Amino acid sequence: MTIINLTMLIFAGSLAAGVIGALTGLGGGVLLVPMLVLLFHINLRYAVGASLISVIATSSGAAAAYLREGYTNLRVGMFLQVSATAGALLGAIVAGHLRAGVIAVIFGLVLMYSAFLSFRRQEEVEPSGLPGPLAARLKMGSSYPVPGGWKSYYPCHSFAGFGIMLVAGTLSGLLGIGSGAVKVLAMDQVMRLPYKVSTTTSNFMIGITAAASAGIYFRDGFIDPGVTMPVMLGVFLGALVGAKLLMRIKTESLRLFFSLVILAMALEMIYSGLSGKL
Amino acid sequence: MKTARIEHILGIVLLSGVLSSAGFVLAGGAMYVARHGTERAHYRIFRGEPSDLRSLQGVLGDAREFSGRGIILLGLMFLVAVQIIRVGLTCLLFAWNRDRVFVMISLLVLVMLLYGILIEGR
Repeated sequence: MTIINLTMLIFAGSLAAGVIGALTGLGGGVLLVPMLVLLFHINLRYAVGASLISVIATSSGAAAAYLREGYTNLRVGMFLQVSATAGALLGAIVAGHLRAGVIAVIFGLVLMYSAFLSFRRQEEVEPSGLPGPLAARLKMGSSYPVPGGWKSYYPCHSFAGFGIMLVAGTLSGLLGIGSGAVKVLAMDQVMRLPYKVSTTTSNFMIGITAAASAGIYFRDGFIDPGVTMPVMLGVFLGALVGAKLLMRIKTESLRLFFSLVILAMALEMIYSGLSGKL
Repeated sequence: MKTARIEHILGIVLLSGVLSSAGFVLAGGAMYVARHGTERAHYRIFRGEPSDLRSLQGVLGDAREFSGRGIILLGLMFLVAVQIIRVGLTCLLFAWNRDRVFVMISLLVLVMLLYGILIEGR
């Protein structure tokens, strides 16, 4: 296929991945990499590199809007960023030494987990009223806007959250994804932060985490300008459109449908990885 | 008050950063497609990027010669640089509030980030 045709196709696909990622809360990366690899036959390493860059772009664009709304907790974010950044460096270094097949299998497993999380959307955990000892010492409690005023909250189990972020960062560096699902899980379910605080703080962290891996990706030649250009522009635009649509349409059935799609992609990724097709 | 102001500046930096990066990528992409659009794509096999597209100096040199690929990469590297500013500004915000512990925490993140980009990434 010629470069111009493939560029157009990749742009259209990335636009769709961006819209769906924003609507379902799955994020762009988990849909993007399997699409590029399985549908467009792009090399896995180029796909992962392009995804990592697009993750930085969407995180930066969304963080600008979220900061204004007052949900993002910068203290919690920066505290957890320490282990997430360390993990991202580790993941990116390891990625350069692993065979593409192995990365594909790990990617497939993470996809299955994302599908599972998305399928059974957790019920909102009641935010903790009492801070854990570390959270109290670091004054990580804050308040968030609710109808008719501000409600205060305190994180608990901060050490556990810190540990999970190491895993989230490593997956991000290894697979070029934002690991938003794991990050939100750590903050929402483990540290018992309000859901909106978790998602916006996770988004704030995603760009920084991905940037930590980016230097190593550039060095290892994972970032191909020809592939990354339509992906970055498509996902960024798609995420903007998705965020606007989100306020108007019901996403329940969409989410269920795409958890099945992701499950299918997960099996295909694992099969491709194991059969040495990549 | 100061916190709200720095958060406001942070938002503006992020938005203008990502938009100018996208502008570079779009301009470079248009040049790349205009020149090489009819060639066959070889994205299936991983060959890594040529050495001049792996370092900032190389990319700057290529961009100066108006190479489409060089300009795309310059935009992408700029996007990464904006993330360093993001951490730097957050650090400044804590410093303004005389929050020593969090200044140290964000400096630690900044050092790791710079290590990944400047030392490991060389």
